[in-house]
Parts: sequence; C-alpha cells; structure tokens
Amino acid sequence: MAKTLYQKIWEAHHITQINEQTALLYIDRHLVHEVTSPQAFAGLRDKNRIVRRADKTFATMDHNVSTKSRTMAAASPVAQKQLNALSTNCEEFGVTLFDLNHPNQGVVHVMGPELGITLPGHTIVCGDSHTSTHGAFGALAFGIGTSEVEHVLATQTLQQKMSKTLRIEINGEVHSQITSKDIALAIIGVTGTAGGTGYVAEFCGTAIRALSMEARMTLCNMSIELGAKAGIIAPDEKTFEYIKGREFAPKGDDFAAAKQHWQTFFSDDDAEFDLTVKLDAADIKPQVTWGTSPEQVLSIDDAVPDPEQEPNLIKADAIRKAIAYMGLSVGQKITDIKVDTVFIGSCTNSRIEDLRSAAAQIGGRKITEGMRALVVPGSVRVREQAIEEGLDIIFKDAGFEWREPGCSMCLAMNDDRLAPKERCASTSNRNFEGRQGKESRTHLVSPAMAALAAIHGHFFDIRKEH
Amino acid sequence: MSSAQQKMFHEGKVAPLDINNVDTDQIIPKQFLTSVSREGFGEALFFDWRYLDDEKPNPDFVLNEDRYQGATVLLTRENFGCGSSREHAPWALQQYGFNVIIASSFADIFFNNCINNQMLPIRLTEAQIESLFQQATGSDPVDVTVDLQGQKLTMADVTVEFDIDSSIKQRLLSGQDFIGVSEAYIEQIVAFEQSEGRDKAWR
Ligand code: SF4
Repeated sequence: MAKTLYQKIWEAHHITQINEQTALLYIDRHLVHEVTSPQAFAGLRDKNRIVRRADKTFATMDHNVSTKSRTMAAASPVAQKQLNALSTNCEEFGVTLFDLNHPNQGVVHVMGPELGITLPGHTIVCGDSHTSTHGAFGALAFGIGTSEVEHVLATQTLQQKMSKTLRIEINGEVHSQITSKDIALAIIGVTGTAGGTGYVAEFCGTAIRALSMEARMTLCNMSIELGAKAGIIAPDEKTFEYIKGREFAPKGDDFAAAKQHWQTFFSDDDAEFDLTVKLDAADIKPQVTWGTSPEQVLSIDDAVPDPEQEPNLIKADAIRKAIAYMGLSVGQKITDIKVDTVFIGSCTNSRIEDLRSAAAQIGGRKITEGMRALVVPGSVRVREQAIEEGLDIIFKDAGFEWREPGCSMCLAMNDDRLAPKERCASTSNRNFEGRQGKESRTHLVSPAMAALAAIHGHFFDIRKEH
Repeated sequence: MSSAQQKMFHEGKVAPLDINNVDTDQIIPKQFLTSVSREGFGEALFFDWRYLDDEKPNPDFVLNEDRYQGATVLLTRENFGCGSSREHAPWALQQYGFNVIIASSFADIFFNNCINNQMLPIRLTEAQIESLFQQATGSDPVDVTVDLQGQKLTMADVTVEFDIDSSIKQRLLSGQDFIGVSEAYIEQIVAFEQSEGRDKAWR
C-alpha cells in the first residue's frame, strides 16, 4: 500500500498500541533548553526516575541568555537561576549541555541541525513549538509541553495519536528575491493560523526541491504558525550533503549505511493525503505581516485591509483590533509603514545564509538615523562563520549592533525588547500582541526585507532594489 | 464525591472570552516563564489584558467583571492556545480556577498540555459556541454542568453533546500517571531499541 513520508516515520517508531487511538512512539532525539525543562527534571527527582537515554538528549541555553555578553552575570537574576538549574540538572542526570562557554551553544533549532544531531527519518521533540524546524531533514519533529518533556526524559517515548496528513505543493520558480520566509508567510496567508491544526504537513513540489537546507528549515520552522503539528520535507542529496561531516553525524561506513536508510523516507507517488493545498511559486511576492497574527499578512505592494470589507464578523473584528493595536490606518500602503527597530535573528532566520542575504542588501549604505538594528546570530558557529566572511564588519559599518547568540528579541525574555508602541521589522516567527514586549508592534519579514527596512526606514519592495 | 467522580461531573460558573486565536503569549506572557516551579502562575494569567500599567486590574477586561468572579469554566472561540508550547499556559488557567475550557477549536500542543494537567478542553461547533455565548453574556452569570462520562453539558436552556476521544476520556477519568503507563511497556521499549539498532549512535 502506498504510504506518506509521515506514515513511514510513524511506523518506524511504533513500539506498540496502548489503545485503539494511542500508540507508544519511540523518540530518537530530545532537545532541551532552560525555560521548559526545570519542572520536568524536578518531576523526575520527585519520583526517583532517571533520564533513560541521556545519549539521545542534548541541552542548550538560549531563551533567557544575554546577547550582549557571554557571561552569566549579564543575565538577569531570575534568568541566572533558571540557567543554573539547567546546569545542575544536566550534570545530575548526565545530559550533554552546551552552556554559555561552549562552542556548540546556540538557539536549540539552529544547534541541532548544524551539529548533525538532527537526522532524516528521526523523531525529534523539544519543549518548544518551533521544533518543527527539524522537519526540513525529513524528520518527524514537533513541540511538546513540560509534562511530555518529563515523559520523554523518563521513557524515551511518547503516547501519540496519528495526525491527518496535509500536502502543500508549490511548483514553479520564485522571483529571484523571494525567500522561503516569503513562501511560508504566503502559505499561512492562504491556510490561516488554524488551517493546519490536526495535520502533519509535507511540503513538496519543484519550488521546495530548489530550496537550500537552510531555506527548508525556515519553511518547516513556520509550519507551526499554520497550526500544523509538524512540517516535513523528504530528504534528498542536498540533505545528505548538508549532514556529512557534522560533529554528531554518522561517519565513514556508518554514513553510507545511514544514507541508505534515509533514502527510504519519502511519500510514495500514489500516497493519499487528507488535504492538499497548491500554490504557484511565481505568484509569491515579498511578504510583510501587518497585524497581530501571522495570517494577517500581505504582499509588499498591498495596503492595510478594511474591516468593513470582511464578511466574517469575527474576522472583521480581529482586523479592527489589529489595526488599532498596530497603530495603522485602513488603506495605508505597506511601503509607507515606518519602522523604529530591525531584528535579524531567531530560529527562523539566524543561520549563515540569512545573515549573508541581509548583509547583501546593505551595499555600503547606513541604516536610517535613529533606527535601532540588531543582528543576533543563531549560534556560536554561525557567528564565527559570519566573522570569517566579514559579515560582522558589513553590519557594524552600516550601524547594526552585532550580538552574541540567543533567542533575544524573538520572545524578549532577556533584555532585548521593544518599548510600548515601538515598531519592529523582525525576521522571527510571531507577531502576537506583546510578543516582543508589552504593546510592541511586530512585522514579520525575510532577512533581506528586514535589512532593507533598516536602510530605508520603512518597508521597501526588494524587487525595486535590483 | 471521590476525585474520579468529580472529574466525571463538573459544575461551575462560566466566563466568556469572546476572542479568536488567543495565543499562549497572551495567556501567560514570557516574563513569568523564568520560574523553575509549577506554581504561582494564576496571578499572571492574561497579564497584559488583565492589569493596567500600574498593575491595577483593568476594569474593561471580562475576567475582572464582578459577575465572573469565581468562574471555573472558560468559554472562548477558535484556535485557543495557539503559539508557544509553554505548559505554563494551562498551569496559569488551572491555578486561576479554570478546569474546563470550551472552544470551537484548540491548538494541538495546548490541547495535549491540558489533558496532561487533568483539565478538560471541550470542542464544539461554531454554532453551538455561538448559542453558549448568548447564554453566558447576559447580565447575570450562568452556571454550566459538564458530564464527561455522558459527554454532554448544560448551560441555562442549552444542552449540547460533545465528542471526545475515548482514550482521552479514559485518561481523564482514571487520573493515571502517563509516565507510569508508558513505563509498564519497558520490555517492549527495550526490545524495540535492540531490534531497531537504536544503540548505534546515528539511529
Ligand atoms: S528563537 Fe524564538 S521561536 Fe526560536 S526557540 Fe527561541 S524563542 Fe522559540
């Protein structure tokens, strides 16, 4: 019988059925960070449990760390308490930890792939919703809550119900300045933020095959924003090439054996999906979110919508509220929206290709006067690579702040946050009310569009730049 | 009543939160995620909506209205609990006093997190939700009775039946420790690891 990629991964991890609906699934990799793990470790301690497979568990510090300095003292006292708790827990339970002094430290979803911890056909979980990122390698990767973190630590399994399958097919060629961030936002514009609820989404089509591994990670990262449990892309030669030689990836004969195994993970031609969504790559324009949900997204040449034109009353009300919260007016052109701050970072867009693409827009120019602009690399490795390529100099010369790795202004748990009503062009993944600080105003864009906003002081159509 | 019976049957006051896409950043903002304990989140529930800049209660926020004090059932709309996976969101709702949440849809991770905390998320159709809102937003507060065993709830004049996975229903009614349930399969887990070569570093 023809099977989807999701079904194949599911079957390869199916230990037993607990009841008609619930299976016990084996988990290959568990990624841990300081914010959603302390209560899970405390739970283990309470019940005298151990971490069953510490060799499959990797921890990093990212959400709460200062991006101004590598020292622990730079974090706030409450953050320090949480970071210290992670150190103590990892030591006590024998879990590998990439702490602030470690060359492997980084945002959890940047760290896993770049170290070869993330592999095709794997099941990967983490107490963070953007775990979907790892689906770019053909892994079934999803976010879990703290009780489930404890469950995986104790058993290396999860009790799961099978999801429905959604096929998102994008064929054709995108405009040369269109990135996978634009593709992701364009998809969410079509499906809405709940369109994928209950589904595992598989991205396919010629436009997806053409994407680099890093671009695929950006796309899968955003699949949680359409409500999908996970987003996956079947592995191919690009995937295998990317993995080869990474620190934790299989080496030599093991690599050859692994590759053979990985090549079995794809959806059969006649596999059936519960739902299919198709987009034409050529139609996708540079995307900017205007509201307080990722589905409130427009193309750069559009204008803020009129709630009176929305037939669905609840949606119309949401538009009205978002316009008020964001301080915009009906009919305002996106390119007329001025921004105060630019944030280039987060597990969505802080990899080396993202930094290259942002730096490439600068062309010796300076950021707008009075503008605050931050570049926060996703990991120590990304930061070092960027320095080797001289990107840090390009950014600094233009007036950007060049920071240390961490989640930073993506969720503003550390001191990188927006003031009330401050407006930000951000390469992160959520434009929710208050996400980047109380009353903060976030517009989601690609790294290249964020860099252009820094230079022009307002959103700018990248297609007119070249 | 025994605790299992209490879970089968819930009676309490309803608070209506007439908003779509309530995300977990709203339910509990990030500044409260620095705690290393599971307690103390109730005060911070819906923090940015619930309090003014001087941290006095915002009189315009529905949960601050006198008539909804002591509510234990939250009635809301579509895609409740979207966004971040933080389990602090159901902890905050539960510690505030909500044990049942009724919505037309829930985000997947949030839904699981509720079950793992013995809270009951009930999915109804948009039309049913609409009729419940009409009952719950009158000048007097209303009570709802929820019968999990019988899968129906009654609010004033309206009684509706709801669907719930039999496995989830069982989990809620039994109050089992899930980790314990999975641990009981330890032999299968070990056998799986061996047969699948999970001892190889790359598997
Ligand atoms: S960068 Fe943002 S989305 Fe990614 S892991 Fe950190 S907080 Fe979560």
